[in-house]
Amino acid sequence: MPEPVVVVENLTRKFGDFVAVDHISFTVQPGEIVGYLGPNGSGKTTTIRMLLGLLKPTAGHALVLGFDSFRQSEQVRARCGYMSQKFALYDDLTVIENLTFYGGVYGVTDKTLIAETLARVGLSRHEREMTRSLSAGWRQRLALSIALVHRPKLLFLDEPTSGVDPTARRKFWDLIYGLAAEGVTVLVTTHYMDEAEYCERVGIMRDGKLLALDQPARLKQETISGEVWEVHAQPLERALQALERAEGVAHVGLAGDHLRVVVQHPQAEAALRWALQAAGVTVALLTPGEATLEDVFLALARN
Amino acid sequence: MNPRLKAIIRKEFIQILRDPRTLILILIIPIMQLVLLGYAATNDVRNIPLAVWDQARNADSRALLDAYRAADYFRLSYDVGSEAELRRLIESGKARVGLIIPADYSVRLQEGKAQVAFVLDGSDPTVASTALSASRLIGQAYATKIMEGRLARLGNTISIQPPVEVRTQVWYNPDMVSAYYMIPGVIGMILYAITSILTATTIVRERERGTIEQLIVTPIRPWELVVGKLLPYAVLGFLNTLEVLALGNLWFGMPVRGDLGLILGVSALLVLSGLGVGLFGSTIANTQQEAMLTVWMTLLPAIFLSGFFFPIESMPQVLQWVSRLIPLRYYLVILRALLLKGVGLEAFQMEVFALAAFGVLIMGAAALRFRKRLD
Repeated sequence: MPEPVVVVENLTRKFGDFVAVDHISFTVQPGEIVGYLGPNGSGKTTTIRMLLGLLKPTAGHALVLGFDSFRQSEQVRARCGYMSQKFALYDDLTVIENLTFYGGVYGVTDKTLIAETLARVGLSRHEREMTRSLSAGWRQRLALSIALVHRPKLLFLDEPTSGVDPTARRKFWDLIYGLAAEGVTVLVTTHYMDEAEYCERVGIMRDGKLLALDQPARLKQETISGEVWEVHAQPLERALQALERAEGVAHVGLAGDHLRVVVQHPQAEAALRWALQAAGVTVALLTPGEATLEDVFLALARN
Repeated sequence: MNPRLKAIIRKEFIQILRDPRTLILILIIPIMQLVLLGYAATNDVRNIPLAVWDQARNADSRALLDAYRAADYFRLSYDVGSEAELRRLIESGKARVGLIIPADYSVRLQEGKAQVAFVLDGSDPTVASTALSASRLIGQAYATKIMEGRLARLGNTISIQPPVEVRTQVWYNPDMVSAYYMIPGVIGMILYAITSILTATTIVRERERGTIEQLIVTPIRPWELVVGKLLPYAVLGFLNTLEVLALGNLWFGMPVRGDLGLILGVSALLVLSGLGVGLFGSTIANTQQEAMLTVWMTLLPAIFLSGFFFPIESMPQVLQWVSRLIPLRYYLVILRALLLKGVGLEAFQMEVFALAAFGVLIMGAAALRFRKRLD
């Protein structure tokens, strides 16, 4: 077993009385893509900031690439790439000027290396454009190229897809897979449930606590003991109310034109049908569904 | 050269050049200041409007008025017929001084006991004090002239010689041109203001936009970040110094008698203070506006207590002590001497030391506060 890239033990950070990160522990193996899922304010960004030595832990500690994240932060920073949620770009510089600047700061002055990094994120054709005129998707890729310019082995991405359209998000994830294939370890935070599915392992955070950290499939298996059903029925609103009251139903939610029901026990089809018909609802279609990370998140949050 | 330092200096220069409006303002403001202060902020009082209530209206009173007219301190603007009229003119500010000649002026003059009244509007003390001393001087000179005339008529040909005569001689600025006093002040103020304000805002801007967070996670060292960000603004400050110096010399005829290298060397010490104050301000402020106001707060006392406008010697003792904490004070003492007197630095060791010490201390304090952390 190779040495873990990140080892976190009891890491805690308080801001006054507020506990932003509450005794979390986990490890990350080389080449993994680990997602960090949770709503805004759940402590994801604070965790990453502590791993980079930007904030001092109140308790516990973290080893990043074998260095103490706070006391040896300079060694950590020189070896890691970081993309903050603000896309820290200089709007009044061009694309190539931004990258050349950060390259210089990391000691990368070779122009061909800079050009390669730009090509890698697909921005070569836009190198002379002013950063302020770039679309959100392109800004995101430029921010990624800045995190990559010194070829780090470990990449921290803090909400890299916020404010970016779905197509650009998909392309961004293709880039992340490409990096992981080359052996780069990626730790990425997100509040998009669907995006977390792309990760090899997902940690679920809420109120500063790490509720679980595992492969998405295992998380679903372990937290969702019952079944998921997709319900197409008329009228939808009355169906929702009926199912909320029905016995054994853990959660009901709207999913576009139909409802998703998470039940706690298996073989629930007959019970669901009965509950709907008793409420005077016409059931058009009742099919078994797949559990999602959202179901997992809600189930964990309830406990 | 260290690639990190080079990268940040290059980036700062690109950003400065990419914002031509700010750059033009930085270059134009000193010219405006110089022209305004060189012309408008003058202490030379001339042509004070005078209202005369001449109740005598004869050859004697006209002779007295001619004496006042001859000096260019007063302009005989109004000839009034009553005290009420005189009062109205002074109340409205149209006349600053009033001269009242009584009806029996000639009679009393013959008796050697003539009195005239001089009324002054004291609301502008600068004008009033000049008018006061001018009115006395002119009056006395005129009285002496009349005495000499009388003695001559009595057959006495010896002119009156006072037992002590004070012969004045003005060194370095014989015509007492206010601009020569103002220009070094403008240079010091601009140099200090530009370096401190721009430094504070440029660093806080990185924090506002979140780029500081990205910079902190790079291997850049705090001193490289500080030096790299400050150096371009120090260059701008020196450009301003040379600009004001050249304009002052070519347009206002301000002499530059001292060594230019020495002048720039002393200016570098003031730049150190300005950059230090700016850096310190940036570690307190969270927004660019806050940074600007914080630095502005230190600028006002710097300007008023440095001896820019008002001589430090005439301030209350407490303010004189406070002024010792102001780097601009030392700089102005040295710069005025270098420009006008053309002396070396030997006479100003204390001032040079104080200026350097302030720069090193404030820079050190700011650097200690400026760390590569977010909390």
